[in-house]
Amino acid sequence: MAERPRLKLPKEAKKGEVIEIKTLLPHVMETGQRKDKDGNTIPRKIINKFACEFNGKPVFAVDLEPAVAANPYIQFHAKVEESGTFKFSWTDDDGTVTTAEESISVS
Amino acid sequence: MRELSRRDAMALGVAGAALTVIGPDERATAAAKETADQIAKFTGGKAAENGKVSIELPEIAENGNTVPLSISVDAPMLAHNYVSEVLVVADGNPNPGVATFRFSPISGKAAASTRIRLATTQNIIAVAKTSKGEFFTGQKLVKVTIGGCGG
Repeated sequence: MAERPRLKLPKEAKKGEVIEIKTLLPHVMETGQRKDKDGNTIPRKIINKFACEFNGKPVFAVDLEPAVAANPYIQFHAKVEESGTFKFSWTDDDGTVTTAEESISVS
Repeated sequence: MRELSRRDAMALGVAGAALTVIGPDERATAAAKETADQIAKFTGGKAAENGKVSIELPEIAENGNTVPLSISVDAPMLAHNYVSEVLVVADGNPNPGVATFRFSPISGKAAASTRIRLATTQNIIAVAKTSKGEFFTGQKLVKVTIGGCGG
């Protein structure tokens, strides 16, 4: 299940600028509502939490429910005051955590 | 896994349409109550003031499987006064919860987008909480064309 997340954010920004960050993780986001061909419920399996931090400080997080579409796409913002690293994490119902990092240089 | 054949998908769409025809009222009231309960839990019973929260959604969503949603709150994002959380609920889905966005002053802007699933035509309600304990709300009706077969 270790699918690679996709990230889009600027590599450089001015101090105090509010940047836009786009993320997408390929994931089925199985709702637990659907049934297979034999009428058995397909168990729920979703990404239930997304979090982003910058230089160790929390920036933004989401608690996701099954109503979030497959391949969860999340777009948000961050105000950058210094160069550093964004860390992203996606937590699966099964406990797996997918992580990614991206650096930005702020002048 | 999306391994439904086109035929299966059509059958599901028809079944879904039939369900909504049979019991729209019961389903609607149950969902409305659950939705209200979830909002009350979020606000701790406090009333949310109408306004400041914008919800962007297509007026008509042809494919309920992936509907773009953007929320934004017109409020400051300062260290001592910022929008800390936004709860999004949908009153016509099997479960009302959609997502809870958690912001911080470093978010810079209380705005976020994602893509959601909608079972039927319904209201999307967003409730914002500020770090000072104020609550604001907004809602938007979205029409969903089930299964994309023009129903």
